[in-house]
Amino acid sequence: MRLLWSLGLIRGLVWGIVGTAIGIGFTMLVRMALGKPAWETAPVTFVAAVFGTLAFLAGVGAFADWWRWASGEEAGDPPHHHEGPEWVRYFNFDTDHKIIGVQYTITSLVLMFAAGIMALIMRLELAQSGLQFVTPEQFNSAMGLHGIVMIGSILLGVAGMANYLLPLMLGAPDMAFPRLNALSFWVAPPAAILLFLSLAFGGFDTGWTGYPPLGAVGATGKQFFYLGVFFLGFSSILGAINFITTTLKMRAPGMSMFRMPIFVWGVFAAAWIQLTGTQFIGTSFLMVVLERLLGMGFFDPEKGGDPVLFQHIFWFYSHPAVYIFVLPGLGVISELLPVFVRKPLFGYKWVALSSMGIATVGFLVWAHHMFTVGLPNEANTFFMFTTMLVAVPTGVKFFSWVATMWGGKIEFRTPMLFLLGAFVTFLLGGLTGPFLAVVPVDQYLHDTYFVVGHFHNTMFGGFVFPFLAAIYYWFPKVTGRMYSERLGKVHFWLMLVGFVAQTGSMFQTGLFGMRRRIADYDPSLGFDTIHLIGSIGGYLVFFSMLIFAYNMIRSLVAGEKAPANPWNSRSLEWLLPSPVKGVSWPTPPVVVGHPYDYGVPNATFVRLAPAGGSDRSSQTTTPAHETKEANR
Amino acid sequence: MSTHVSHATYDRLAINRLGLWLFIFSDALIFAILLITRFALFGTSRPEELNQALGLGLTVILLVSSLTAYRAEAAIATGDRSGLLRNLLLTIIFGTLFLVGVVGWEWREAPHLGIVPQEGYGIAFFSMTGLHAFHVLTGVLLLLIVFFNARRGAYGPDNYWGVEAAVKYWHFVDVVWVFFYPALYLVR
Ligand SMILES: [Cu+2]
Repeated sequence: MRLLWSLGLIRGLVWGIVGTAIGIGFTMLVRMALGKPAWETAPVTFVAAVFGTLAFLAGVGAFADWWRWASGEEAGDPPHHHEGPEWVRYFNFDTDHKIIGVQYTITSLVLMFAAGIMALIMRLELAQSGLQFVTPEQFNSAMGLHGIVMIGSILLGVAGMANYLLPLMLGAPDMAFPRLNALSFWVAPPAAILLFLSLAFGGFDTGWTGYPPLGAVGATGKQFFYLGVFFLGFSSILGAINFITTTLKMRAPGMSMFRMPIFVWGVFAAAWIQLTGTQFIGTSFLMVVLERLLGMGFFDPEKGGDPVLFQHIFWFYSHPAVYIFVLPGLGVISELLPVFVRKPLFGYKWVALSSMGIATVGFLVWAHHMFTVGLPNEANTFFMFTTMLVAVPTGVKFFSWVATMWGGKIEFRTPMLFLLGAFVTFLLGGLTGPFLAVVPVDQYLHDTYFVVGHFHNTMFGGFVFPFLAAIYYWFPKVTGRMYSERLGKVHFWLMLVGFVAQTGSMFQTGLFGMRRRIADYDPSLGFDTIHLIGSIGGYLVFFSMLIFAYNMIRSLVAGEKAPANPWNSRSLEWLLPSPVKGVSWPTPPVVVGHPYDYGVPNATFVRLAPAGGSDRSSQTTTPAHETKEANR
Repeated sequence: MSTHVSHATYDRLAINRLGLWLFIFSDALIFAILLITRFALFGTSRPEELNQALGLGLTVILLVSSLTAYRAEAAIATGDRSGLLRNLLLTIIFGTLFLVGVVGWEWREAPHLGIVPQEGYGIAFFSMTGLHAFHVLTGVLLLLIVFFNARRGAYGPDNYWGVEAAVKYWHFVDVVWVFFYPALYLVR
C-alpha cells in the first residue's frame, strides 16, 4: 500500500478523481446559487475536467517546488539522489531528462497501440461492404480517436526522443528547465484520459479536425476531445521552450550550431513550430468550446461568425504540425544513416538548414486543405505554389541521403532496415503529395482515400519508421542490453509489406472515388477485394508491432549485455556508460571537430575534459578502426 | 558517480530570460489570433455605444502601472528595498483597479448598450477583454507572490530574477493592451 502511494501516477489518479468530484460539486453549487438547474452535462463536466487535471498534477507533485518558491522557501536545484528502487522513478515526477524521455516514449507507445486498435476497428468494418460490426457513429468516433490519439502519440514520441537525447548529444547536464520538463510530461496522461473519456459522453463524430458547425453542437464527448487536445498542446508548448533553450544555451564548449548532431537540428526546427503553431489549434478549439458553452458565435454565421475562419486558424497549426512529427523523424534518418554507411553525412549544412526551411515554408501552405472551400482563385493558386515549394527543402534531405549511401558499405541491421522502410514510404508519400497540391486534381481527390494513403505514407516514412529505428538503435543505450536482431528483422518485413498493402489499397480505392470517413461503401463499386487486402495489411502492421513489443520486453529482461558502443558511433551519447547514471554530463566535453567524419583519417569530434578524475577522461571519439576504414 | 554539476559554464540568468521570452512570444500569439478574428469578422467597424471614457481611463491606469512596475525593478537593481515594495504595491493596486474596471464595470454595462458576448461585435469584445483580463489576473497574482517574497527580503541588487520575471510579464500584458485598446475602441 505504501509502495503504491509512493507512485506519483497512483497519487495523481486518486487526487484527480477527488478533484473531479470537487469540481462537480463546486459547479453545481455555483449553478444553484445563480438560480439555474444544478446539473447540466456540458458546463459541469467542463469545470470538473479542468479541476481533475489540476488535481492530478498536484497529486503527482508537479507543483511542489513552485509552491515552495511562491511561499518564500528556496526550492534549490532538483535532487540528483534518489531513495528506493530505480523503477519507482519512472512513475513519479522526476526531473531527470533520461527518466522523462523514457516516460514520454513508453506513453507514446501505449497510445500508439490504443490508436492502432481504433484503426483495427475501422479496417474490420471496411473489409467488406455493408455494415457488420459498428454503427456509422461508432465508426466516426473510432476514426476521430485514431487520428487524435496518434497525433498525441507522435508528439509524445518526438518529445521522448528529444528529451532523452538532447542533453546527451549536446554535452549538457540536463535540460534547461528540468521542472518544467517534468511538468510538460505529466500534463499528457490526464490529456489522454480526457480524449478517451469522450467515448463515455457520446463520442465525437467530427473526426480529429473538429470542424464547426458540426463540432459546435451535439454530444458532450466533443468537449472532452477539444479539452484533451488543448492540454496536449499545452504540454507540447512547454516542451518546446525547453528544447529551444537547451539547444541555444546548453551546448558543450566548442559545439557551434553547425557542429550539432543533425537530429538536434530537426528537434530545434520542430520546436519552433510547437512553440508558435500550437497556440493556433489550442485557441481555435477553445473558441469552439466557448461557442458550445457560452454561445459565443465565433463560427456561427447567424451570429456574425464565420466557420471558414476556424479552418484558417486550425490549419495554420495543423499543416505545420506534420513537420513537428516529421522533422525529428527525418533528423533520426540523417543521424543514423552515416553510422550504418560509415561515410560522412552529405551536405550537413544544407540538411540542417533544410529543416529550418521546411519549418518556415510550412507556415505558408495551410489553405491547401481548403481548396474545396471556395476561396478566391488567387488564394488557391498561391497556396498551390507554396505547397510545391515544400518539395525543395524536402528534396535536399532526400538527395543528401542518397549521396550519403552512394558507394557506402551498408550494414543491414534492424535500425538500418527501418531507415530503408522510411525511404520507401516517405518517397511514396512525397510523390503523391504534388497531385494533392494541384488545385484541380485536389478538387477531385479531396476527402478520398487517396489523401489518407498520402498522409499515412508521409507519417510512416517521416515518423513511424524512423521512430522505430531510433528505439532499436538507442535501446542498448537506454537499457544496457541488446534487442533480438532476428525478431527486429521479422518486425520490419511484416510491417513494410503490411503497410504498403494497406496504403496501396487506399491509393487505389481513393483514385476511384472511395470517400474517407464513411463506414460503408456500395458493393457495386467493386472495392471489396482491394479493401480486404488493405485490411489484411493493416492487421499485419499491428501484428508486427506485437512482435516489437515482445522483443522489447523480453530483451529488457533477458537481452544480451550491450557493448559500450554497439554501432561504433561517433556521437557524444555513446561515450557515456549504458545506461547513463546520474547527471548526464557533470562536466561538459570539449568539441573540437565535426560529428559525421566517418572514415575521415584522424578526425576527432570531441575531447573529454580532464576534470573530475573519472575513468573516461582521456577518450576521444576516434576509434582505431576509423583510421583503417579511411583507406577504402 | 559524480552528482555535482559545474554551474560555471551556464549562465542561469540568460537561460531563464530566454525561457521567459519564448513563453511570452508563444502567449502573444493567442492575442494575435483574437486580434485577427476581430478584424476578420467585423472589419474596421465598431459600435458607437462603447463607453469611451471608461476605456480611456482603464488604458491610462494600465500604462501607469507599467511605469510603477518599471520603477520597482529599477529600485531593487540599486538595492532600494522599500522602493521595490512601494512600487510593487502600486502596480498591484493599479492592476486590480483595471480588473475591477473591466470585469466589474464594463462587462456589466456593455449588455445594456447592446454588446453581448453571444453575437456580433460582443464576441470579439468579450473574448479579447476576457483573455486579457485573465492575463492581468495572473500578473497580479504573480506580483503578489513577488511582493510577499520581497517583504521577507528575498531579493537583493544581484538577485532579483523573480522581480524581473514578474515585471517583464506585466509589461507584456500592458503591451498587449496597447494593441487591443485601439483595435476595440478606436479603429474605424
Ligand atoms: Cu497540409
